[in-house]
Amino acid sequence: MSSNGKPKIAFFDFTSCEGCQLTVVDSLQDHPELLNVVEIVQFREAMTEKGEDYQIAFVEGSCTRASDEPRLKKIREQAAIVVALGACAHLGGVNALKALHPLDEVRKYVYGDKADWYETYDTRPISAVIDVDYAIPGCPIDRNEFIAVVKALLLGKKPPIPDYPLCVECKLKGNVCLYTKGEVCLGPVTRAGCGAICPSYGASCEACRGFITNPNDNSMREVLAEAGLTVEDITSIYTMFTTYQVREKLQQKG
Amino acid sequence: MSKRIDVHHVTRVEGHGNIVVEVENGNLTTCRFEVVETPRFFEAMLLGRPYHEASHITSRICGICATGHATASLRATEKALGVTLSEQSWLLRKLTFHGEILDSHILHVYMLVAPDFLGVGSVIPLVNTHPEVVLRALRMKKLAGDICAAVTGRHTHPIAMTVGGFTHFPTTAELESLHKRLVESRKDLDATVELFSKLSWPEFERDTEYVSLSKPDEYAYIDGDIVTTDGVRVPPERYKEVTNEFLVPHSTAKFTRNKRESLMVGALARFNNNYDQLHPKAKEAATALGMKPKVTNTFLNSAAQVVEIVHSTEDAILIIEKLLERGIQAEEPAPVTRMPGEGVGVADVPRGLLIHHYQIGEDGRITGANCIIPTNQNINNLEHDMRVLVPQVMHKDQEAMRLDLEMLVRAYDPCISCSVHVLTIK
Repeated sequence: MSSNGKPKIAFFDFTSCEGCQLTVVDSLQDHPELLNVVEIVQFREAMTEKGEDYQIAFVEGSCTRASDEPRLKKIREQAAIVVALGACAHLGGVNALKALHPLDEVRKYVYGDKADWYETYDTRPISAVIDVDYAIPGCPIDRNEFIAVVKALLLGKKPPIPDYPLCVECKLKGNVCLYTKGEVCLGPVTRAGCGAICPSYGASCEACRGFITNPNDNSMREVLAEAGLTVEDITSIYTMFTTYQVREKLQQKG
Repeated sequence: MSKRIDVHHVTRVEGHGNIVVEVENGNLTTCRFEVVETPRFFEAMLLGRPYHEASHITSRICGICATGHATASLRATEKALGVTLSEQSWLLRKLTFHGEILDSHILHVYMLVAPDFLGVGSVIPLVNTHPEVVLRALRMKKLAGDICAAVTGRHTHPIAMTVGGFTHFPTTAELESLHKRLVESRKDLDATVELFSKLSWPEFERDTEYVSLSKPDEYAYIDGDIVTTDGVRVPPERYKEVTNEFLVPHSTAKFTRNKRESLMVGALARFNNNYDQLHPKAKEAATALGMKPKVTNTFLNSAAQVVEIVHSTEDAILIIEKLLERGIQAEEPAPVTRMPGEGVGVADVPRGLLIHHYQIGEDGRITGANCIIPTNQNINNLEHDMRVLVPQVMHKDQEAMRLDLEMLVRAYDPCISCSVHVLTIK
């Protein structure tokens, strides 16, 4: 705690687009009262001041190189609570797409014969490097969910992240199911909490919030196949944000 | 007299960059802007993905200019696959693009640049000392975000923009409400121009080659030719003639140069190339800010953004009036007419010229991708500016010199995550 009794919070970014931190800025725009109850001591994208004494760390971005691990571990040592902020930190996110090709080829495709100049390794969520207490899912995060999580943490409660499929929220919104329009969607296996924002704007759910705890993968794949998707198409739709999870599952199956 | 300025991770910029400057016995010995952002390899990530995913994947290059990336990406795909947009789709694309220009510029000039001039480390202390300035910035930024949200669902990672058009349409009531708020925001524009016209911008001149898009009939943001203040004009497909990329070891972002040792893209480049096509009210703002092309003070890139805030507001008002007059229709996206294909999409996003270039195979999957990012094009110019600025300020103490250099970096509004995300050598 700082001398004024407010908990100190800090924001950090690793490999990401920083869109989740921008969403935080937008959330604070709607809820400036939060600044009265917490003290932000580090937020490189928005402020110059830097404090190394903090209790809650929000970490955006995935870990994509070994040399970033010490910084991540130092954050873990300092913070009482570490929260993964958004899909890159939570899942690996789109950064993990590069795992679908051999890493050497990926490096050469982008940096040619200078590939060795630039350090990289297989993309991983931050939970693969340090213990993570909570995750705020989504690409980007949902601003209302961010506020709800901060409020819960300040009250010493577990953040309210749903563990039921997106279809529940989509139905409550009264959306016409995309499958009835001849389109496909990962709503049945994806964790809710975003208010089914993509289907509400006519686009299919791409599972940026990750899967629910026990998704019925086999049924989902059957439904996608019945909708006319090839095996390659199903791999595509299943890997947009969740390549790391899909590969982990394959490795477990051996 | 020896000084070393080593700003490890410049703050209030997007992404991770370091300033390294060394002065020994009054001579500048080292002058680098290091990009230390982790490489992300987006172009390789696109390989093998279905064409309709490209704009959703590449919008994730950047949280600030997600709409710009989605726009350039969709234009590349649409050109590759022979897709012709309807008039309504064009109006909506332009409207949401203005939303992003406003959002990004307001964030930059108010929250990232203004604190330097008001002597504070971030926008947060301004809440107490200049509450009216902060509230105005928040009000303007919220309106910008709401424009994007009405058209595409949200600003960061737009949802409803797709190949050939849109999957969702704003209602008449939403457009009317935005129109009313935009008209009301004119008083905030006046106050913004007044605030920034009173700032004492650092004195600095370095002429360079200013590069932007250009169209015959409007201040170009989407499509058009690539033009420069050195008289070059090429269609987008010949972009490589202007953006000769090269790698340097201290940066994960590639550098570019054309006719001169370096080139500059962004609001100041657009202002210098396309001043005549600015809305009359934007020209008035330029006059108030003491700007007339060609402006060669890099620090005034932020002032050019203020001019564009006025232009985008006025043009957004005109676009909404057109949409309301025509009536909004729920249209199916325009069809793909050929496959395979190759296309180059260009957009002049908040930080400057952005190029997406795709090859799409017969099965609709991407077989080749190249993206050229504004900040990449600017970093080389920034280093050349630093070499001119350092001798002018090296009599100052270390702290003052550091602030001058940081302000120069921020003037470019660099988007460093973008710059390392997508670089290709073929």
